[in-house]
Amino acid sequence: MSSAASNGRAPAHASGGPFAGLRTWCTMLAICLEERLVYRGDFIIGTLMRFLPIVTQVFLWTAVFNATSRTDIAGYSQNDIVAYYLLTMVTRAFSSMPGLSGGIARSVRDGSVKKYLVQPVDYVSYLLAARIAHKLVYYVVAILPFAGVFYFCRSYFPPPPDALTIAAYVLSLVLSFLLGFFMEATLGMLGFWFLEVSSIIFAYMLVQYLLSGHMFPIDMLAGIPTGIAGVSLDDVVRWLPFEYTAYFPAAVWLGKIQGATLARDLAIEAGWVVVMAVACRIAWWRGTRRYSAFGG
Amino acid sequence: MHNSNRTGPAGRGGDPVITVDSLAKEYRVYDKPEGLLASVTGLFHRTSRLVEALRGASLSVHRGEFVALLGPNGAGKTTFLKLLSGIITPSRGTARVLGHVPWERTDDFRRRFALVMGQRNQLWWDLPAAESFRLHKEIYRIEPARFERTRDELVDLLGVRKLMLQPVRELSLGERMKLELVAALLHEPEVLFLDEPTIGLDVVAQHTIHDFLKAVQAERQVTVMLTTHYMKDVAALCERVVVITHGSILHDGPLEEIVDRFTTHKIVTLDLETIPAAGQMERFGFPCEIRGPRVTLRIDRTRIADVLPEILRSESVRDVSVEDVPLEEIVATLFRAGKAPAMAEANA
Repeated sequence: MSSAASNGRAPAHASGGPFAGLRTWCTMLAICLEERLVYRGDFIIGTLMRFLPIVTQVFLWTAVFNATSRTDIAGYSQNDIVAYYLLTMVTRAFSSMPGLSGGIARSVRDGSVKKYLVQPVDYVSYLLAARIAHKLVYYVVAILPFAGVFYFCRSYFPPPPDALTIAAYVLSLVLSFLLGFFMEATLGMLGFWFLEVSSIIFAYMLVQYLLSGHMFPIDMLAGIPTGIAGVSLDDVVRWLPFEYTAYFPAAVWLGKIQGATLARDLAIEAGWVVVMAVACRIAWWRGTRRYSAFGG
Repeated sequence: MHNSNRTGPAGRGGDPVITVDSLAKEYRVYDKPEGLLASVTGLFHRTSRLVEALRGASLSVHRGEFVALLGPNGAGKTTFLKLLSGIITPSRGTARVLGHVPWERTDDFRRRFALVMGQRNQLWWDLPAAESFRLHKEIYRIEPARFERTRDELVDLLGVRKLMLQPVRELSLGERMKLELVAALLHEPEVLFLDEPTIGLDVVAQHTIHDFLKAVQAERQVTVMLTTHYMKDVAALCERVVVITHGSILHDGPLEEIVDRFTTHKIVTLDLETIPAAGQMERFGFPCEIRGPRVTLRIDRTRIADVLPEILRSESVRDVSVEDVPLEEIVATLFRAGKAPAMAEANA
């Protein structure tokens, strides 16, 4: 072997420089991308299936509007509703994390998480790289059907917003991706405490579906009492992070949130990302400590 | 491959690479009685007990040593390796590997050792191993030129250069194991922990891996600790053997010493001119097994010098061989006993 190695002293690894961490992460991303591409067939089918629920939603709301003489429900016209659902579909394409929690919990149960204890690599960074790769491949596959649906439904949409709103919209989407990622990663780390987390994940999905605006626009909850004086259901929802994973970006595009309120809500969304990222770190740290203590 | 470092631990200078002092690990396990009713009660009240996987093990290992951990299933071998690689924290005791406390898991420590667990893979299942190697290059911050040189040397030693471009899932168990070893050694670890590296492999693959490990260990002075159930691994590789049973170290020393310490007799095989008559061989007073003209006697080591000439004088012997009890048999006895025989303690 190399002469440097044979005297057993010179370390094989250089210090790496300031960007070594970033380079590692980029390689991780590239390799995750390659891995995703292995399953392109499954991906295409999965992507197309995602369009089915939206069709039923459109039919449902068409029936609702046909049954009433009103032209709007809680400020949404029939067109607004269709536009809203299509936009939440875009948000969910960023914030939903299929298989993330379950995958983490499984890696704890079957022991493959050990690899990240033994190797000088950070599990959360790896998961993030893998998820970005997952999403990028998804977007490449999904862009055409998405474009088709939006073109086909263009008459439902109001005219496109100004550049600043579009920028805010893009930012809200990126943040919704990060928020979704850290929430579900934290959830998956419960696997360190519970052998099986699928029912917890199911409960989370249910709450998420109801309170994120995925099922209906959450401003429809305004004024619904909770039983606590002066607190309505939408106040509760506003204090939770879920709306940022479906409702919020759609509302930004539709111009429902503007100016100072928009800036404030984006800051709150960013705040939630930080909170969940910290929660995820703590869960990982405490989880691995527990794992190590209990026997790996 | 007869190299100079096949000397005992005493023959090495310098500070030890691994020091372990009274290392102990207890697990809490929950008892789950059989049956549905018990399962329901278990929802509200669970009984648990402590299992001592390792009870106060101490040893030190010097640079370049090749140490085998032997013991029956559940003896604490894997727990020992997990502690030394920092996967688990001990209940009591201390350990240092390359000057680090393993379970602090600092990156500096993690860049200097490798762990290969026979059943788990660090290779990406759906991608060619070459991609996993590339990732290791970044994770371990290996200089590009050095990475390529090391990788090429390792794949050529194992004859797996072509295989590294094939998706890992398409490879056989043996091929995968070889590529796992390459992945583990790319960053030129100073300490290598192997948990049953040859499990489930055919004889040829085992042989290749033995030669490979010997070559790597000799040329790089890697300190290796391996657990195994195959005595062939031990005989081929390890000059030092640590026997663990029930969480305690029963024996720590050269392989030959096991034979000296734990056997009381030798196996003498005689090929006679004729099939012996009944009682003819039994009269020497040793357990014997007769198959046609071939007779196998188990003779006390202390008496062999007296007895053997007598046998050779009185019987017409065509051929004779005197052997130690097979290692497998000694180890099996050790494992079953779980405690060192009184004689062994007297020797120690």
